[in-house]
Parts: sequence; structure tokens; C-alpha cells
Amino acid sequence: MIYLYALAAIAAIVIAERLRGARSKQTVLAVLAALLLIAPLVVRNDAAINALGDIGIYVVLALGLNVTVGFAGLLDLGYAAFFAIGAYTYAMLASPQFGIHLPLWILLFVAAAIASFFGLVLGAPTLRLRGDYLAIVTLGFGQIVPQVFQNLTKYTGGPNGISALDFPSFFGRSFGQNATPYYYVILAALACALLFANNLRDSRLGRAWMAIREDELAARHMGINTTAVKLAAFAIGAAFAGVGGVLFAAKLSIVSPEQFGFQVSILIVSMLVLGGMGNVGGVAAGAIVLALVNTTLLPQINGLVNGALHANLDLTNYNFFIYGAILVSLMLFRPEGLLPNRERKAELHAAA
Amino acid sequence: MHEFLAQLVNGVSLGGIYALIAIGYTMVYGIVELINFAHGDIYTLGSFIALAVFGALGVSGELHGAALAVDGGLALIAAAVSCGVIGMLIERIAYRRLRNAPRLAPLITAIGMSFILENVMQAWKGSAPLPFPQIFANPVAHMGLLDVSAEQAFVVVLAIVAMVALQLFVSRTRAGRAMRAVAQDRQAASLMGIDVDATIAITFLIAGLLAGTAGFVSGVYYQSTWFLNGFSAGLKAFTAAVLGGIGNLAGAMLGGFLIGIIESFATWKLGGQWSNVTVFAILILVLVLRPSGLLGERVPEKV
Repeated sequence: MIYLYALAAIAAIVIAERLRGARSKQTVLAVLAALLLIAPLVVRNDAAINALGDIGIYVVLALGLNVTVGFAGLLDLGYAAFFAIGAYTYAMLASPQFGIHLPLWILLFVAAAIASFFGLVLGAPTLRLRGDYLAIVTLGFGQIVPQVFQNLTKYTGGPNGISALDFPSFFGRSFGQNATPYYYVILAALACALLFANNLRDSRLGRAWMAIREDELAARHMGINTTAVKLAAFAIGAAFAGVGGVLFAAKLSIVSPEQFGFQVSILIVSMLVLGGMGNVGGVAAGAIVLALVNTTLLPQINGLVNGALHANLDLTNYNFFIYGAILVSLMLFRPEGLLPNRERKAELHAAA
Repeated sequence: MHEFLAQLVNGVSLGGIYALIAIGYTMVYGIVELINFAHGDIYTLGSFIALAVFGALGVSGELHGAALAVDGGLALIAAAVSCGVIGMLIERIAYRRLRNAPRLAPLITAIGMSFILENVMQAWKGSAPLPFPQIFANPVAHMGLLDVSAEQAFVVVLAIVAMVALQLFVSRTRAGRAMRAVAQDRQAASLMGIDVDATIAITFLIAGLLAGTAGFVSGVYYQSTWFLNGFSAGLKAFTAAVLGGIGNLAGAMLGGFLIGIIESFATWKLGGQWSNVTVFAILILVLVLRPSGLLGERVPEKV
């Protein structure tokens, strides 16, 4: 069932990408939205709805990283740090840890604000750096943040993290451990993220990002305030991760530092590379594919293989082989991704 | 004072390993402007290959005299040569096609190669840390207040020998001169009749040789290895290369020793859990405040 849903979503995105008319695009996406809305009624399987929710969070993250990497061309290899900041915001402000119990709805905004603040903190000193140096600085930042969460045991529970987080509630009714309410919240957040990302791309800011991505010097000479525009890319990208982190923490009810390592950052970069950096639909499709592989397909194949061969092999340990292979083969043979954005494709194929 | 000196010796030997890795980063960056992300994993691969050779030779403990020279030498050479060849192959397969692509494309490919190598090593020897035979009988030399173990002396001596050899190669030989020419201006070098592809391949070969050597040395030094070691070791060595001034060989060596010393003092004073944070904070600070490093020259960005 999950596969059917993922397939439907990807098919809808591909069709919508191909269609020219705005009306027919909207129809396709409306059908997809309706399908997703009735999913809990059709699927009737808590684990499957849970997996769909996880996939939704990954799509939100990928859309956010796409703002920084895809729109503005600033390669961020430490995106998981903002995800961690969002998750720990929920963990610290909605748990017995400090006895603070703020509701999910407020924390979504609080975490977005805190994450974008850290986006600025990371962005401000690094703006002068060239592409690959910037990538390494973000990587270093991405290493430091989970390590700090791990080391400040007094506040963050150290390596064990924080558990028994509050169940969110809606007009006094607790979500409990039922997957469906989380699914709808994630779906709503995802819809907002999609709309926001789409509008951003076509806004004045979005066009400024594309201009600096293609040629920073030329953009500056056209009167674009490159500093402000790049900072905005970091801050807005980070805000998505903050929201994703809150949803993730609320759903799982536990956070710990090892959930936010370098691997997570690269997983999300792989989603972008697979789908096509800069293209909202492509990125969403890439995120769905890889999240599906990660959450559902690999564990299932694992079960099949080990059941059939009586082997004791953990294939899920090798998922990064897949991401590595995706990164290498796409960069070599189709750097614009599977569902590219026209401008980005032209840039990547122009001789440097 | 005694503890201070002990940490200094620790730091210098640790720094020898970082310096050997850092040279590979700096050479490759100097010639193709690529942060070769897979380099740290090639280093780990070196320790895996040395371990396999020891396994094949039946070495499981201390070696003495001729056995130390022959078995140890064989493992070292096998690790260095195979890492050199693998480094060269990776360049051929994954980086060469992208030499004229936008900068971020080969960087992303390099990250992909890094993950592939890690998974290959995991498939080969499993995901648990592996014990490495302690090949040196361990007499500690007392020099006044200074205690130096056989492994520490070995690390430092080997690192210095490798660096001197490399320095001579780059400054005295024809291939070394070609390398410097290609690093300076690839097009002009090719017009002068230098085979650019071959020169870049040699650079990757040497970087791999040194990484393999470092892998062997680290196995001997720590008496253990792990398939994920290369990630943080690589990042620290890259920090060393940047600290020294990327593209600058002497800088990479200096940076390597400095990072080793800083790490061992951070471990001593702040605790082991803060040592990585300290090193990465230095990476960020250097890149932000002085991207040209200690010995590098300021190069304006080419338009």
C-alpha cells in the first residue's frame, strides 16, 4: 500500500512537471492531495501510516535544503544540525526534562525561529567563502551541533538523549501513539512547505537566489544585496529543518544525538541530487523515493533475504552504499537529476 | 610538567599521522581544486589491507629483528601501493570526467565515493572495530622527563622520512616539476608538452601512497581500526591542510603536527568528548578568518 501511495505521488509529480497548463497541473495535484487525505481510511495500518509520516518529514527537509542548495547554490553539508536543533527544541520545551510543556503548535513556530537564527549564525561568518570551503564549514558545523548536544548531558540527557516527550494534543484530545493524527499534521506542514517553496522560487528573492547561483559577481553588479540574500537562503532553509525536527521529535517521542549525524545530511543531499536540485517537484520525488527505500523497502528486502537464505545479514547497514552510488553515478551521467529544472540543467552542462 | 610532555609526545605522534593524510588533501587540492572526500577512507583502507597482510602472514603479536623488518615492511608496502592504485583508479573513474564541471559536482561525487568505500570495508570486515596486532615489543625510552614508546618513535620517524622523500620528489624530479606546473596553470602546462592527465594521476597515486602509509602507521599506533575511522581522521587532516595553507606541502606537515598537538591537549584538558568539537571549531575559524592558512599566500578569486 505504501508503495502504491509513493508511486501515485511520484506519478502525479512527474505528470504535473510535464503538463504545461496551470489548470491541468492543479487538477493532478488536487487528486494527489485527496488521495493523501484519505490514506488513513484506505490503508488502515498504523505502521504504514507511520512510514508515510516519516516520508513526509523527509520531503519537508528536502524542500528546505533545496532552498539553500538548489535555489541559492550554497552547498550545505551540515543540514542535519538544524534538524537536530528543531528536534531538541521540542524535546526540551515539551517534556519532563525541565518541566516545560508547551504545545506542538507553538513549538513549530518557535523551532522554525530558533533554527533560522542558527542558520544566520552559521551563514554570517561564512558568506565570503567559496563554494567548496563553504561546504566544509557547514560540514564542521553539522558535526559540532550533535556533539554539543551529546556533551551537555545536564541539559540534553547526553548520549541517551531525552525521552518520554509530550504527546501533542488538539483541542484537548491527546494524539497518543496513534499514527493518524501525526500523519495529518505532517501532511499539513508538507502542504505549507510546498506552497511556500513554490512561491519563494517565483518571488523576487527566489530570482535573486538564482542570479547569485549562476554568477555571484554579475548578480552583485545588478544591484542584488548578495549578503542579505544568501543569509535569507540559510535562514529559510534552516526554518524548514526546524519544523521537520519538531514533527520528528513529537512523532517519535524521543531524541538522541546519533539521529542527526553526517549521514542524515548526506541522505538529504542525495534526495536533492536524485530528484534534481532546484526543482521543487523533482526534489519532492527524490525525497519520496529515498525515504521509501530507507524506511520501508530495505527493511523488507532484508527480511526476505534473511528469511529465504537463513542468513544473518543486515542490509539496512548498507543503505549508504546506495546513496554513494546515486551521488557518483548521477553526478557523472546526469548532474541535473532525474526531474531537472531547466536553468539548472543549462548551468550544469555549460563548460566551466 | 611530566603530563605536559607526555601529551606533547602524544600530540606529535598523532600529528605525524594527520600530516601524512593532510599531504594528500593538499596535493590533490593544489592540482585539481577538489576536496577529495574519499581520501580519509583510503587511509582507513590502508589499515585494513595491512591487517589482511598480517593475517595472511600469521602475524598476531610482537615481531622482532628480521621478522619485524620483513613482515612489517611487507604490510606497509602492500597498504601503501594498493591505496595508491585505488586512489588513482577513483580519480580515473569518478573525478576525471568532472574536471571542467562546476566545482560542487566533483565534491558531491567524492562524498559518494567515500560512502562506497566505507560500505565496502564494512562488507569486508564487518561493522565492529578490529584489533590490530601489537607488532612492537614495547620498551619505553626514558629521555629525562620524556617517555617515548616504540610506536610513537616509529610514527614520527616514518612520517618525517616520507615527507623528506616527497619534498625531494616534488622539488628535484621531472615529474615533480610537471606537478607544480600543472598546479599553477593547467592549460599552459599542457601547451608546454606536459601530459596533464598522467601528472594528475601521479598526484593521486602519491596521495594514496601516503594515505596507505598513514593507515598502516595508525594501525600499529592504535592497535585497532574501524571502517568509519576515515571520516573524522580525514576531516581533521583536512583541517590540518587548511590550517597550514592548502596547496602548500610544508604547510600540511606543520598543520598536521599542530592539529595532533591541539587534539591531544584538548583531550587532556577538556576531555575526549570535546576534542572533535575543538578541531572542527578550529577548521571553521581558520576558514572564516584566514582561509589562506598559516603558510599559504592570499590568492584572489579568479573570475
